[in-house]
Amino acid sequence: MSATAGPAGNGFAMPRPGAGRAQGDGSPREPAGDSEGSPPEPLSPGETVELGEEQQAQRLSVMLDEFDREFVGLAPVKARVREIAALLLIDRLRQRYGLTSSRPSLHMCFTGSPGTGKTTVAMHMGEMLRELGYLRKGQLVSVTRDDLVGQYVGHTAPKTKEVLKRAMGGVLLIDEAYYLYRPENERDYGQEAIEILLQFMEAHREDLVVILAGYADRMDVFFRSNPGMASRVAHHIDFPDFSLDELMQIAGLMLDREQYQLTGPARSAFAEYVGLRMTQPRFANARSIRNAIDRMRLRQARRLVAAGGTIGRDSLIEISETDVRASRVFGDQSPGATGQPSAAESHQSRQPL
Amino acid sequence: MRITQGTFSYLPDLTDDEIAAQIQYAVDQGWAIAVEFTDDPHPRNFLWEMWGLPMFGIADAAAGMHEVRACRDSYPEHYIRVNAYDASLGRQTTALSFIVNRPAEEPGFRLDRQEGSDRRIRYSLQAYAAQRPGGMRYGRNENHNGAGHAGPASG
Repeated sequence: MSATAGPAGNGFAMPRPGAGRAQGDGSPREPAGDSEGSPPEPLSPGETVELGEEQQAQRLSVMLDEFDREFVGLAPVKARVREIAALLLIDRLRQRYGLTSSRPSLHMCFTGSPGTGKTTVAMHMGEMLRELGYLRKGQLVSVTRDDLVGQYVGHTAPKTKEVLKRAMGGVLLIDEAYYLYRPENERDYGQEAIEILLQFMEAHREDLVVILAGYADRMDVFFRSNPGMASRVAHHIDFPDFSLDELMQIAGLMLDREQYQLTGPARSAFAEYVGLRMTQPRFANARSIRNAIDRMRLRQARRLVAAGGTIGRDSLIEISETDVRASRVFGDQSPGATGQPSAAESHQSRQPL
Repeated sequence: MRITQGTFSYLPDLTDDEIAAQIQYAVDQGWAIAVEFTDDPHPRNFLWEMWGLPMFGIADAAAGMHEVRACRDSYPEHYIRVNAYDASLGRQTTALSFIVNRPAEEPGFRLDRQEGSDRRIRYSLQAYAAQRPGGMRYGRNENHNGAGHAGPASG
């Protein structure tokens, strides 16, 4: 926040009402503001820079480590994020030596199944690009077709432009972008939205990062019918489905955050549950895990209330095996289910539950 | 004659970077940015035409600058100003307003004195530019047909 206001504000430091709020906002992030606001001092051709120090100065390594820790799996995504971060770092250094460094285009396309973390990564992407000095604000504006496409003639352009303006300085995430283009209806206003989008993506490359998200196969069709869009999106990142192991890790993180705990048997039952759920239709990776946890909490609450009597902190935290086993997922094949826990247990030992 | 209306009007014209910094300040205060234009320079003319809707909920000055530039492209010889509206309860008014574009030549005003009864005098300001119909008051095109004076042709 203080980044853009900072340099201009230096000359005119005037006491004024309401300034307290703005300062309160800016002061905690003073180091970040400094590294973005003040232009880095130029270097002569003979000088050398310690890369590690430079990374630390921008809190780059801290951020990337945090990113690695917070996201389970997603190896291709992490690799690409590190590449982008490295490129921006090198670009900054090149600038200091007086070398040309054109702003790379960072429009991205995230493809992957539901619940693989596309939106969450997009949100972090905004913050990270702000820290790297690529974006000024880094806010995420998440939209779908409804937010961009109007209902009658002349409605689409202002609507799309307003959304784009709100996203300026940050990231615009268009979820299920392929719905913008409806080939079956040639009078569809989606095409108009796409054209405005393209125009903004080109003209405001330094103000805005557009991220398109959706399922891989349908995104392919979308790009094939909109070649202009395909060529303007530089980074195509595929989000792989999570493995059972990763899903359990995610569940562990979620439960930690909610301050719940699975008992030992409940843990193995849950691993079994996830294994079964993965094979079922409409499995939405991490989102399904979240829903499962929510339902377990419901069942736990019902069990506690039904039992009555006195209650302690531990019983409020603990989710028991019965809470897990009551799920409908087990309904189909209850007899064969008992053979698995030992295998599941070996997964468990590694998890930060 | 240089029109002075709104904040900063006694300073040299703001550069685009300075305008962006001012807009950013307004956005950071939570004010809504609006771009307006007019070709009637009278000081009491405060209802200018709106260039699009006010921008609520933008985070970055680039969005405001985009509209300022678009308005300039369409009306290079008009006055264009940026208003920042503070919607907070108890204020609900324009918090900041400054001119970001002005015609290359501003011919200024004529002062009319009207004699009334008892040696009273009424004064009125006439903008030379406003003697021509709206939309053709400033700029090179008009100078060709009007040759400086508005003349009788304006009706």
